[in-house]
This record gives sequence, C-alpha cells and structure tokens, in this order.
Amino acid sequence: MNLQLKACDIRKDIITLIHRAKTGHIGGDLSVTDILVALYYKHLNTTPENIDNPNRDRFILSKGHSVESLYCVLADCGFFPKEDLKTYSAYASKYIGHPNNKINGIEMNTGSLGHGLSVGVGMALAGKMDMRDYRVYAVMGDGEMEEGSVWEAVTAGAHYKLDNLTAFVDRNHLQISGTTENIMMQDKQEERWAAFGWHVISILGNDIDALDQAITEAKTIKGIPTVIIANTTKGCGVSFMENQAGWHHRVPTDAEYEQAINELNQRRAQYE
Amino acid sequence: MNKIANKQEICNVLLEASAQDKDIIVLCSDSRGSASLVDFAKERPAQFVEVGIAEQNLVSISAGLASCGKKAFAVSPASFLTTRSMEQAKVDVAYSNTNVTLIGISGGVSYGALGMTHHSANDIAAMASIPNMRVYLPSDHLQTGKLIRALLQDKKPAYVRVGRNAVEPIYDEATISFEMDRAMVVTEGQDVAIIACGEMVKPAKDAAELLKSKGIMARVLDMYCVKPIDEAAVIKAAKETKAIVTVEEHTIYGGLGSMISQITAAHCPTKVINMALPDAPVVTGKSQEVFDHYGLNAKGIAKTVMELI
Repeated sequence: MNLQLKACDIRKDIITLIHRAKTGHIGGDLSVTDILVALYYKHLNTTPENIDNPNRDRFILSKGHSVESLYCVLADCGFFPKEDLKTYSAYASKYIGHPNNKINGIEMNTGSLGHGLSVGVGMALAGKMDMRDYRVYAVMGDGEMEEGSVWEAVTAGAHYKLDNLTAFVDRNHLQISGTTENIMMQDKQEERWAAFGWHVISILGNDIDALDQAITEAKTIKGIPTVIIANTTKGCGVSFMENQAGWHHRVPTDAEYEQAINELNQRRAQYE
Repeated sequence: MNKIANKQEICNVLLEASAQDKDIIVLCSDSRGSASLVDFAKERPAQFVEVGIAEQNLVSISAGLASCGKKAFAVSPASFLTTRSMEQAKVDVAYSNTNVTLIGISGGVSYGALGMTHHSANDIAAMASIPNMRVYLPSDHLQTGKLIRALLQDKKPAYVRVGRNAVEPIYDEATISFEMDRAMVVTEGQDVAIIACGEMVKPAKDAAELLKSKGIMARVLDMYCVKPIDEAAVIKAAKETKAIVTVEEHTIYGGLGSMISQITAAHCPTKVINMALPDAPVVTGKSQEVFDHYGLNAKGIAKTVMELI
C-alpha cells in the first residue's frame, strides 16, 4: 500500500468531516494523521475481525481531541461504516468530539489530557503478566506534556521495563493559546524522556517512511520503553492551516474547504 | 468479640480469592502497609503492582490492566484516591467502564489529628456524583467480606470506603444475610428510622439500645450501598416510622443524608435530620474524639432522636 496516498485521502476525509459537521480540531488532526496511517496500515495487528482478541495490539489516542483523524482511519479500515460519520457531533450520535469505547476499534475513552500513557502502562503490564506479545501505542500531544500525570506514567513505564510500550509525542509546537514555548517551556523533549530511562527516537513526524522505521526500531528495543518524538507540522498538508494556532479548532469556510481539497489533490498527484 | 479492621478483611478475601483467580491484581501507591496489604504483596508478588506515590497513575494503570481482562483493586488512602484522582476515576474507570474497584482506606476522619489533608469527608459526594460509579461503605468485617466477594463477581466500577481502625462486628457470622445493593436491617422499629453507613452503623445500633430503654423503638438501616442506594428501604422507613435520622462520617453536603433527603422529599415527605461532619475543617483529635465532639456517637444519636419525636 502507498501510505503517502493513504495519508492524503485520510486528510481529505478529515477536512470533509469537519467542514460538514462544522466542528473539530483540524490542526492537530492533520499533524497526527501520518502517525495513525503508519500504525493502522502498516504496524498494528488490530483489525475489525479481532477487536476482542486478547493478543491484539492496543492503541490509545491520548490527545483525544484529534478524534476526527482516528474516526477517518477506523472507518477506512472497516471498523464501522463510513456512512456512520455523517452523524458526527449530531444530536444523540455516539460519534462525539473525543474517543469513546462504545465505538468499534476504540479501546479507551480519552479527552482529558494526561491519562493515555498511564492507561497504556496498565495495558503493557497486563501483556507482560500474561506473557502476550501484543504491543501498546499511546499518542500524546506536546501541549499534553504539561500535564504532571504524564511524568508519573513515564516513570512507571521505565520502572517496569515496558519494552512493549511505545509512546508518541506529536510535537507540532502549537497549542490552543499559541506556541508551546510561550505557553509552557517544552524544549529538550528528547533529553527529558532519556533522563527518565526511555529509548528516544526523534524524527520528522509527517514523514511516513521515518515513522515506519521508528516504529520498527521500537520493536527491537528490549528492557526499556520507547518514545518517538514526532516533529510535526500542525495543519500539515494545507498551506494556510500550517503552523497556525488559530487552526487548532477553526472550521473551514466553503472556499477554504475547496482550496484545502485542491491542495491535497495536488499533493496526492505528486505521490501517484 | 474480635475487632477486625475492614481493610484487613479486604486483604484476607483478596488473598484467598487470588490463589485461584490469577486475574486479580492489587495496586498500591506506597500504601501497602497502611492498607494491610503487606501479606498480599509478599504472597502474591506477581499479582501486586506498586506505583509509588502517584495516585493518578494508580487509577489509570488500574484501568489499563482492567481493559485487558484483569480485576484491578486500586488501594490508597481515601482522601488522595477520591479527589486527587477524581478525574482518572471519572474518565478511565467510570466513563470507560473498566473493571476497577477503588478501595479508599483510612476514610473519613480515620487519620484524626493528621488534619484535613488526610481526611476524606467528601469522598461520597465526589464519587457518587460520577455516573457509573458505585459507592459502598461497609460497616463491619463480615459485611466487608461479603461485599468484596460480590464485587469480584461483576465487572463494573466501584468505590469502597473503609476506616483505619478495627471495628466491632455488627453482624453474626452464622446469621448475616447479605444482598447486594439492599440495605441491611440492623434493628426493627416503627418509631423512628436511623439510617447510617460505614463506621456510623455501630453507634446507630447502640443508640437504638439506649432508645429502647426509654420505650422508643428505632429501625436501624445499614445503608452500606450508598450508591445505588436502596430507595425502597428509605421510602418504606419514611412511611412506617415517624421521622428519619441519617448518620455518616462525611460532610453534611452531598453524602448519605443528602441522598435520603432527596428520596423522601420526592416520594414520601417526612422529617429528616442529617447527622454529619460540619462544612468546616474538623476539630483536632483521634477519630473517636472527633465523633464525640460532633455528637456522632450513640448518646448523640439518641439525643437527636429524643428531640425529634
């Protein structure tokens, strides 16, 4: 499968979903898209057929506000009909603005930041206890690193030598009120995680090949957990959304929607 | 009678059940000693997880384990477990519907003179306000044992609060009749109903004895199931007695008394007096001294009843 093409298609789905529903966290959706594509189309053993299998890999979108990206990937992978997403954020829909485990393929409810890695530690511990070889992946935002509970989980992950656990930091340098550096210092992520005893891989996080290699490398690391610092671009793929804090959760106008889809079609053509 | 701390009974039941059931996992936050779980940690090291002084992590890790089929028991002082970790209890346990039992030890004012940081006089309000979270305050070790065995049979979230001290038995091993989520009738009576939970059931029972000597027959209900509360038993008590007195080791707002007042107001209006801790830092003292200060003892409960009817 051409993962670059898939990432373009998922981005178009995300923008269409948000434009139609008039709500969503579009900037973070677009920065995390490649991570989700690399995981769901290349690495996770999770399929709609094995969602109850105890040996399935576990995925937690700790930065739950990027749920539109996850919805589009899960629907495309067949966990539920794409048609269902027409109810996204509508009255009485189960497709709400953050992940919840009433939906096929979603393991845990998230949305309150700073929980997902701790939950992942629990899942990884269970895997060790039961001697299962599934892997656990938790994706966090860089603003999320401001939550103290994240570092409780980072400590525990190293303490329990959870080499079946891989964390991602979607390092797009922006959060709702501005740059992460202006809101609360987030520099030296690599050194921070290394100091806590994690294997650190720092890559360009919108580069599918780099993500593929990093996830593959994480599987070979024994005795310590791995974090992939994914240096991403918020709003990646749409020129006027890139690196703009204002696009954290802005909804595109009809004209902006057309332009975004055109840009993604052009980007797609480059990969064909 | 042998006084046994309810937390010790929890350890005994979990130790016994975990011999066969390897999915039972106990987690502590540097609290194995105060939780009476040292024996569990020694005898079941593969089923014991220490998370250190990190209560938020404690609850989320428990939820992660539970999502993979484990029966997680997160044991930590009630004060920190319920409010410091309230967000994790809400999202990772209740909302995500994971099979986690939160055990709050040294609940209420168990820690006495250690002060308000260590008191959990608002844990009922905190936990009961979360949809899909059950709240239990067992009164003695026999009931505690029955409750924990019952919780091992289901997969739903629950919060259990127990005290620090050894407590006298309320029930008799041969005759105890336990039904999940049904109040237990400690004494029968038609003059007044005293509805209590946790360690307040004992003084309520003793108050009924004092009242009996004055010709007042009090119905004492042990509402260990604060949520889901036994609404039928409350309505029955409201209809069949002249007034209700509620007694709890909790702040006056949002606890057992508040819930019972809501039920009676809606279904069978009657006079209800809530005996509880004040909406203020409590007086310094050992827990019994604190109870005595606020009249949360047999004499104080009997006095309240006498003034009421």
